Amino acid sequence: MASRRGHNSAVDWLLFVVLLAGVVLSCGPFAWMLATSVKPDAEVFRFPPTFFTADPQLDNYREIFSAIPFGRAFANSLVVCIAITLAQLIICSMAAYAFACLDFRGREPLFLIYLAALMVPPQVTIIPNFILVRSLGWIDTYQGLILPFAFSSFGTFLLRQYFKTIPRELIEAARIDGCNHWQIYLYIVMPLSRAALGALAIFAFVSQWNNFLWPLIVTTRPEMQTVTVALSTLQGQYNTDWPLLMTGSVLAVAPVIAVFILGNRSFIAGLTAGSFGGR
Amino acid sequence: MVGRGSLARRDAVAAWLFLAPSLVLFATFTGVPVIAAFLISFTQWDLFNPPRFAGLGNYLALAGDRIFGKVMGNTAYFVLASVPAQMVLGLASALALNRGIRGQTFFRVAYFLPVVTSTIAAALVWAWLFNSNFGLINALLSAFGVTDPPRWLGSTAWAMPAVIVVSVWQNVGYAMVLFLAGLQNIPKDLYDAGAIDGAMGWKRFYFITLPMLSPTTFFVLIISIIGSFQVFELVFVMTNAGPANATNTLVFYIYQNGFQFYQMGYASAAAMILFLIVLMATLVQYRLQTRWVHYG
Repeated sequence: MASRRGHNSAVDWLLFVVLLAGVVLSCGPFAWMLATSVKPDAEVFRFPPTFFTADPQLDNYREIFSAIPFGRAFANSLVVCIAITLAQLIICSMAAYAFACLDFRGREPLFLIYLAALMVPPQVTIIPNFILVRSLGWIDTYQGLILPFAFSSFGTFLLRQYFKTIPRELIEAARIDGCNHWQIYLYIVMPLSRAALGALAIFAFVSQWNNFLWPLIVTTRPEMQTVTVALSTLQGQYNTDWPLLMTGSVLAVAPVIAVFILGNRSFIAGLTAGSFGGR
Repeated sequence: MVGRGSLARRDAVAAWLFLAPSLVLFATFTGVPVIAAFLISFTQWDLFNPPRFAGLGNYLALAGDRIFGKVMGNTAYFVLASVPAQMVLGLASALALNRGIRGQTFFRVAYFLPVVTSTIAAALVWAWLFNSNFGLINALLSAFGVTDPPRWLGSTAWAMPAVIVVSVWQNVGYAMVLFLAGLQNIPKDLYDAGAIDGAMGWKRFYFITLPMLSPTTFFVLIISIIGSFQVFELVFVMTNAGPANATNTLVFYIYQNGFQFYQMGYASAAAMILFLIVLMATLVQYRLQTRWVHYG
């Protein structure tokens, strides 16, 4: 914590009020999203608008699932996000084990190449990747949605930093006891790294849940769309049906916000860890 | 496995086995595509006919493309407005939340909420807020006596400021969290020593906090610049680059050319420009951080 020197209760009260106003700005749009989603249609286009309706409706939460295959989009997002998260946990941790715990020629240059990839904006590789996935016939498939994200340089970097903090003696002792590297990785390094793995899992899941451009270009059938793409399709079809659009938005943000509020500490750690997080 | 091989050699074999899955995926979806994007940028390719070598044709065409000029101008406008705003607000909220104020966990969560929100959903609710006829923002403006409020997303002058507002709204929390981490790394002794020398209030901030925070500030600056150059989803949902390309930005232009006009070569050339900008920002970070950034 910062020092409490110069504490002044009047200043603190003023700050508190300013901070509360900040909350209205940062969270107000969510309240408005929720409020609009339960408004009767007639009330939406009233001017000046009402903040909260006296007559909340849940019709939109039924209608959205018949307007577009939103339930399917939800399931697709879950499948894709879980698959990518698991793949990254396994593949990145294996690579990180090699970089952190093993000596081999070419380690430093290879690690630098992986790191350098963090500087490449995703939009640079998206065109060749699209051409590749298209020529493999993977448009509208789960593998097309999942595989390009199954490995992440960021995840490898994050886990390598963490693995390096595990005492070398522990690994040496296991070797002397006759463990091979696979056993050391599985029974020593991985169980000791739960915090870092959790951070990566959260980061991977949330960034994939919110991912848009890639699922947009590799899906053409509504049945294969993820939630974000389905939401933009909804906007294309019902561009003035604000209650329906807000319903879709509520449903799209709810899972992430729930996870965030339940585990905000490891969440923020995950999103800022290794300093390469964010978008 | 290797029978008589030395321990080191067995280590090396194990290492490459551990690396194998990542190497395959990295080569397929990052390594080769980076080179491919570079090569494609020298071709004309619509995906229906085989690619034709075009030399520097795409780059020359970009240089003479008036829309691309406008796109670069828009992107610069977006970056120059949103980066300072999100940094100043992020730093201010970090400073306010670093005083041990009541309810700071709540504030931190509340300010970070927009960061984890899907940009598509955020853009939708803001498009609704900015709706010129029935939106909340114009309702509030007219309640405060503004007789002729802007048409926001429908106006060439006001659409970009609206997109900038949303981007700042979404990214302040991220800057805040990074600044908070930076603030907490400043040794407390410095403030004690400063107090003896009479550094309080603004002096304390200017002579201790700000210099000690400079590595964080620099990092946030570079991350924000790189992120801002990649703005896409807000534009896609809020304005679809309109009106009259007033909000068309670099990544949207890449998307438009690649996936709406099927001009893979042209889109790749524009993507290379983006790559160059991000690369320069990163290199500037490496070179300059030793000069004016103070490490405690």
